[in-house]
Parts: sequence; C-alpha cells; structure tokens
Amino acid sequence: MTEAQAKLTKKDFTSDREVRWCPGCGDYAILASVQTMLAESGARPESTVFISGIGCSSRFPYYMDTYGFHSIHGRAPTLATGLAITRPDLDIWVVTGDGDGLSIGGNHLIHALRRNVNLTILLFNNEIYGLTKGQYSPTSPLGAVHKTTPMGSIDRPVNPVSLALGAEATFVARSIDNDRKHLTETLMAAHEHPGASFVEIYQNCNVFNDGAFDALRTPAQRDDNQIRLREGEPITFGRNGEHAVVALDDGSMQIVPTGEAGERIVVHDPRRDEPTTAFALSRLAHNPTGPTPIGIFRQVKRPVYDVLVREQIASAKAQRGEGDLDDLLNSGNVWDVF
Amino acid sequence: MSVAEHHKVTLSNAVIRFAGDSGDGMQLTGDRFTSQTAMVGNDLATLPDFPAEIRAPAGTLAGVSSFQLHFSEKDIHTPGDAPDVLVAMNPAALMKHLGALKAGGTIIANSDAFTERNLHKAGYESNPLEDGSLTDYQLHVVKLTDLTLRALEERIQAGELNKKEAERCKNMLALGLVSWMFHRPVDDTEAWLRQKFAAKPVLAEANITALRAGWNYGNTTEAFVYSYEVPAAKLPSGRYRNITGNQALTYGLVAASVRSGLPLFCGSYPITPASDILQELSKQKHFGVSTFQAEDEIAAIGSVIGAAFGGALAVTASSGPGIALKSEAMGLAMITELPLIVIDVMRGGPSTGLPTKTEQSDLLQVIFGRNGEAPIPVVAASSPANCFDTALEAARIALTYRTPVVLLSDGYLANSAEPWRLPTADSLPDLTEAFAFTTEPNGPDGTYLPYLRDEQTLARPWAVPGTPGLEHRVGGIEKEDDTGHISYDAANHDRWTRLRHARLQRIAEGLAPLAVEDPDGDAEVLVVGWGSTEGPIRAACQQLRDKGHPVARVHIRHVAPLPPDLPDIMRRYRTVVCPENNMGQLAMLLRAQTLIDVKAFNRVSGLPFASADLVAAIEAFASEEVPA
Ligand code: SF4
Repeated sequence: MTEAQAKLTKKDFTSDREVRWCPGCGDYAILASVQTMLAESGARPESTVFISGIGCSSRFPYYMDTYGFHSIHGRAPTLATGLAITRPDLDIWVVTGDGDGLSIGGNHLIHALRRNVNLTILLFNNEIYGLTKGQYSPTSPLGAVHKTTPMGSIDRPVNPVSLALGAEATFVARSIDNDRKHLTETLMAAHEHPGASFVEIYQNCNVFNDGAFDALRTPAQRDDNQIRLREGEPITFGRNGEHAVVALDDGSMQIVPTGEAGERIVVHDPRRDEPTTAFALSRLAHNPTGPTPIGIFRQVKRPVYDVLVREQIASAKAQRGEGDLDDLLNSGNVWDVF
Repeated sequence: MSVAEHHKVTLSNAVIRFAGDSGDGMQLTGDRFTSQTAMVGNDLATLPDFPAEIRAPAGTLAGVSSFQLHFSEKDIHTPGDAPDVLVAMNPAALMKHLGALKAGGTIIANSDAFTERNLHKAGYESNPLEDGSLTDYQLHVVKLTDLTLRALEERIQAGELNKKEAERCKNMLALGLVSWMFHRPVDDTEAWLRQKFAAKPVLAEANITALRAGWNYGNTTEAFVYSYEVPAAKLPSGRYRNITGNQALTYGLVAASVRSGLPLFCGSYPITPASDILQELSKQKHFGVSTFQAEDEIAAIGSVIGAAFGGALAVTASSGPGIALKSEAMGLAMITELPLIVIDVMRGGPSTGLPTKTEQSDLLQVIFGRNGEAPIPVVAASSPANCFDTALEAARIALTYRTPVVLLSDGYLANSAEPWRLPTADSLPDLTEAFAFTTEPNGPDGTYLPYLRDEQTLARPWAVPGTPGLEHRVGGIEKEDDTGHISYDAANHDRWTRLRHARLQRIAEGLAPLAVEDPDGDAEVLVVGWGSTEGPIRAACQQLRDKGHPVARVHIRHVAPLPPDLPDIMRRYRTVVCPENNMGQLAMLLRAQTLIDVKAFNRVSGLPFASADLVAAIEAFASEEVPA
C-alpha cells in the first residue's frame, strides 16, 4: 500500500488554521462531520475543493486542508461552475448560508441547480445575518424581531427546500447541525450523487438567533417534531409514530393521527422523477418551529451539465478532428498577394 | 438590347455607402461587396452602422441601417469620411445620409420605395427624386423593386417563391448593379449564396438571378455612362482574408490557447456588441474550447475565476454595462492573482446608452472602477486585425504576471472589417514560456507557499487543484507574505497595496520601447492616441504632412500601466494632442502622470472620427500660441 492510497483520517482534512467561529456555534459540528465524512468516503484532499461566498459559514474553506476558495458574496456557485466545467476530475463543494445563497446569490443557486452542475452545495441556514451582526435574513420567519426589523419582519421567508425543488434540483435534502449521524448519512448520499446536490443544514447561531431550531434540535422536543424521511417507508413520526403524513386530493399533504391515515398515508419515494410530491412534502413546515421533514426529499438521475459540455467537445473533435490553428486562420475567403 | 457605351474611369480610391431600412439587408449587401472588393486586391476598411432595435419601424429615420466601405489602391486606415456613392433604398435612407455625401457624388435611389407614405415618414414634403433638389448630384433613379420582380417573374409564376420573397432579393439587384459599376466580380457572392441557402436552393437561385439582373442592368442601360475601376493595392505579399474585430479576438483567444497549451474557457452573458465572441468560440469546440452562457454578467466572471483557479486560459467578454456588474469579481481576481482576460467591447454609454454605436468611454472604468486599490493591466486593440495580436498580448501578460487583464475593443472594431495578412501558427508568440504550474512544495518542510513571489515578475506560483501536497486556500481578504494567510495588520496592508501597484510596474518595465511615427523628424506636435482611433489619427497625420505640416504620432496599446518611455517622448514635443471618443479620459491620465498640458480633442457621436475633423483640430492646436 503506497502512502497515497493509505486510509485518511479527519486530521488529513483539517487545516492548521485556528477555527474562528463563536464558541458554541453550530458550524463547528458541521465542520467536524464534513471532515470525518470525507475521510471515510475515501476522498483525496488534493482533489477536493471547497468554494464559499461571504458570511460566517463561508469561512469554512480556511479550515479544510483541501483546495479552497473564499470568494465574494453570493457568487460561490459561479466559481464552482467554471471549475466543474473545466476540471471533471475534482470533487467540488459549495458552502453557503441563507443570506449568501438565497438573498444576494439566489440567482446563481437556482441556475447551478437547474443545470445540474456536478457540485455538492451545503446551505447553512441559521435564519440570521451573523457576520454583519444580527439583521434578519431571507429565511427569518414573519414577525421576527432583529436589528433591521424592530417591529417584526414583514418579509415572507424562503423555504430553501421548496426553492431547490422548484429549480428542479436532482438531489435535495435537509439535516441538522447537531445530529451527527443523520448529517453524515445525508452528506454521504449528497456527495455520491452525480450532478448538483443541495443540502439545507439547520444551524444554530447561538449569538444572534439562539434557539431558532430548538423544536428539532433539543432532546425534549425533537422526537415530536422531526419527520424523518426514509425511502420506501410510510411517513410517520412522534415518539410512538402517532402522527402520519397523508396526501390530500388537491395535491397537498397534511399531518393526521396515524390511526386515521388509512390508505392515504404517504410512502416516501425520493426517486420519483416528478418533483411535485417532494414539493408538497416541503410545504408541511415553513419555519422549523413544529413538525418538519428531515432527510432526502428528492434523489433522481438527470444528465450532468459538465459531463454534457465535455461530450460536446469530444463529439466536435470526433467529427472535425482535433483543431488546427493554421486551418482556422485560413478558413473563409483567402487570397494571395505576390 | 445592345450593350450601351460606357467609359471606364480609374480611381485611386472610393467610398461607397449602402443605406436602407433595417429589413432591406444592407449589412449583408455591404459584407458581400466587401468580400468581392477584397478579392480584387484593394485595401479596405468598413463601417457598419445599424439601429439597436432588431426591427425599428419600417421606413423611419430610426430604422435606417447603413454600411460604408472605403477601398483603395493604397494602404488605408479609415472607412472614409464622405461617401462618393450613396445607395438609398428608401426616402429615410436618403434623408439620413445625403448630408454626408461628397459634393457632386453619385446617388442610386430605389424609386419604388419613394411612395407618399414613405416620403412622409422620412419627413419629405415633396419627392426629392422629382423636385429638382438633387441636381447637384449624379442621380440615378432605378426601379429596384420592380426590376427585381420582373427578373423573378418566371420563378414566381412557377411557384418557386412568392412575391414577398422575390421582393426581398432587391438588395442583390442593387449589389449586382454596384458590382458592375466598380468592376467587382460576383462569382464569390454566387458561391456564397449557394452555401447560405443550401437548404433552400430556390432562394439561392432567385438571389443569384437578381444579382445578375443588377449587373446586366448596369451593363445594358444607357443611364450609367461611367464605370469605375480601383486598381489593386500593393499590399505586402502573403495570404490575406478579411476579418472583423470580434472574429479576430476569437481567433486570437484560440491561438493563445494553442500556443500556451491551456484549454480555453469562455464564460459570458450575451450583450451587444460583444456577443459574437461567445458565439464564435462556441463553434471552436474541436480546439477543446468550453463555452458557458452564464445566467448573468457576474456569474460569467465568477465562472472564469473558477476556471482560472483550475488552470484554464479563462476569458469573459462583455461591454460597459456588463463590466460594471463584474467590478467586484474583477477585484477578487486581482487579489487572488489569477490569470484571466476580461474583454470590454465598448459601446456608447452611460447606462444602456447606445448599444450599437462605438465609444471609448470605459477607459477609466476598467482602470479604476473597482473598490479599493485594485490595479489591473489594460490593453487596447487598435484595428480589427490588431484584435488578434492584442488577444495574444493580453494572454501573455495574464499568464506571465498571474493577473486579470482587461482587453478593450469597441463597437467600431467589433463589426468593421479589414484585410488581414495571415500569420502562421508557428510564428506566433510561444506562451508556454510565460508560466509553469507549480507541482512541488516551495516552502520549508515540504509546505506550499501560494504567495511566494517570483523576484523578477512578482508573480505568485500557480498550483492547481489536483496537485498532491499543494492544497491551499485563496480568497478576497488581505493576506500575509508567502503563506497568503489572512492578515488584518495595518502595516502589512499598506505594503501589499504598494506591492500590487509594483507588480503592475513590472509589466510596464517589460514592454518594448514605443514606436514614434515622425517621418520628417522635425515635428513639434505629437498626437497620442489609443484604441480604435488609430486609423483616423494615422490618416489625419498623413494628410497634415501632405499639406506641409510635420506632425508626429504615437499609439498606446498598453493603457495601464502606461509605457515607461511615454513621458519622455511627450516632453520632446511642443504640443501634445490626445484625440479620443470620450470626454478626455486618457488625456486626464497623461496630464496627471506627466504634468504636461495635453490638448484633448473629444467626440462622442457614436461613430469613429472623421479624419477631416481631426486634421482641423490638430491644426488648430498646433497654431495655438505657447505661453513663454
Ligand atoms: S455569529 Fe452566529 S453563525 Fe456566526 S460564528 Fe457566531 S454563532 Fe456562528
């Protein structure tokens, strides 16, 4: 076994930079999960690239001992797209937040997802602008009181999973910063997915928005509120599975006592080509203060953008032969002067 | 019908302008005439001018589209000031362009389009073809539409095409007539039509019939007593083709890719007048070129930064409004010191401005238009063919110094054509010498220092993802020496700011000395220009010398950093004139950097300078008293 093939550990993905998030920030747990997961998945540091925008979460690349790019606000998916098109050999991750990815960079997120560029996109959702010290974000709930909304937010929030499904993303999932096991499994699945995968991670900002996800994070509440999505299984939740998700005739979904669910109970199928059911599921919760689906909403195979780019290049070469510069310059009408 | 008697007149040069409605196919007619003219061996320069609207209201002044061509037996540098011949396909075209026509010039007017309605739309009270107002010109009234329909009558009756399709061939009839007038063979256009309409041979044949009918009309009718010949120019020997600026940029980028061995990546967002570049590059996939039509201008430059990080030769092409959107990302490319090319095909501004017109008003935007001290080198192309060399030069600077480079072209260069003596691929600069990917650790204990600089160029190493052991992070935050780690230290920031300016100066130090054109050697006036004004400035200087006024000129390709020998050259002359298609942007820089009272001549009409205006302006400056 050569050194290069030796099994790597979390340490091999950990840079020598001191981590500078606030003590207690949910970002620490996500970082540890990603580092461990990469080591376990057999990824190579030299072939792994983390690209981020601006915000607390976007400091992420500095702490990874991989290639990394801390870019500008909202634009990480664009750098990642250019890199993915030209470097098919790389494993490219985008780390973004609710402000970076859904507000200033919302456009790029939509287009990276709909093109199905081969990227793994992690959106740390803390429902707040942390780096700029506490303004409401595009995922903050209506009525949220923050520095720029002293009378309560009147800004209807984005549901990141619904948005990703609306862009027809081929892999859409949601997980939680402090649920190491669920987060690792979700990251593994996202990482293996060919094309764009999108993972929303509920992340506690204990300084500016502490407790926003308590309904899903705390031992006292989580069992009542986490709707775990498991492929092939009927969707039930609660300490004793006493709640169930059923489909209504109008295409929406509803939570009912399991005993009343009957045949209308939804059996989770993330591989359905049509995103409508996944979308209905995403509409069950608009802010994670009550029962909220967690897990993989959608996981389908579609042609991957950067693969298609290279296929066209290969077929152009096959049809026309490898480009010859002299032929190009001499194309069209030429004449000689003696 | 017998062939009428004609007199052949030999001219040394001619300027012809085709003008008509946007739907009349004037750009195509002009292109074909240009191609035929090139085949005859004339030197030439063209000036297309068209409205921003795809189909402005028919028959109106706003809807007029024109194409001017200057061809000569001598070396020429401009598309010509005033046309000798104006082809007016409708009253609006005549109204708009008559003022430009030379005194006593020739008008060929399509009388069929001079209907009451069209006359009214163009603002004529009476028909100028009939009211005697054009007696000072050589007026040829031709029923172009009617002649076209008659030429195609049989084909219409045979059901090959309908009347509307037949009418559309009238531009080919006009082209045939003008081709006869100037002894340009039309076989090349016939072949071209057959290729263009390969899927619809009926339309190819209809157009060819109209083309030949136009030629025969000139040949047989007695209306045209004179025909003109412009002998071939004595161009340096070699193989030639016509090329527009945008096409030359595309070829230059492909050449830079081939000569550097780096795959070319172009991420762009459609914008007039730069869209051709993405379009043309998307046809060159067999060179390994990948093209990406981004969702917006910012995504375009973002993708290019990502591709450059990965080791591609990366380029984005846009125009002023798009460059404004890219500013923040250009700063990121600058601070992360990645080689890439940002092309700005300048158009009339501000804001949306005049999308299809030319202007040089983005100079200060591309030099200074970023937050913070963010110096980026800027090169400017001076003629359509020169766009090719300038693309290679931009690539050389980007790769050698690991920096984004802005390449300035403009709407005039983008769409105009000139004959280009083709280089061979082997004769082009070898760009593999400009860079090497770093593959081994360069720091203590096998570490990699991404900002350890080359002493001579101050360039940082370029280690691309995929290289084991050289994993590193880059970003937009201020950095410390060698490691590139984040640094908020005040003294460090001051030093790095100066360092980034110093890196630009290294580029200046590497430039070849400027070539000053001062054939008489005793000129007291120096004209300093940059970009697409070279042709008109060159022509104006020649005209001044012909009139006995010695004048020198120098043309700047590297507008940032400026060539280091420029200040001394300027100091050798009593008067320095700087003509620009903006309000004096380079002039301001020259004044600031040399404290010389540079005289600015400015015109922002959306069109290139007329050399006559330049002659007058330079003469006026030259005769100004210089305070003792
Ligand atoms: S401000 Fe909030 S999100 Fe940012 S590092 Fe601190 S705790 Fe984490």
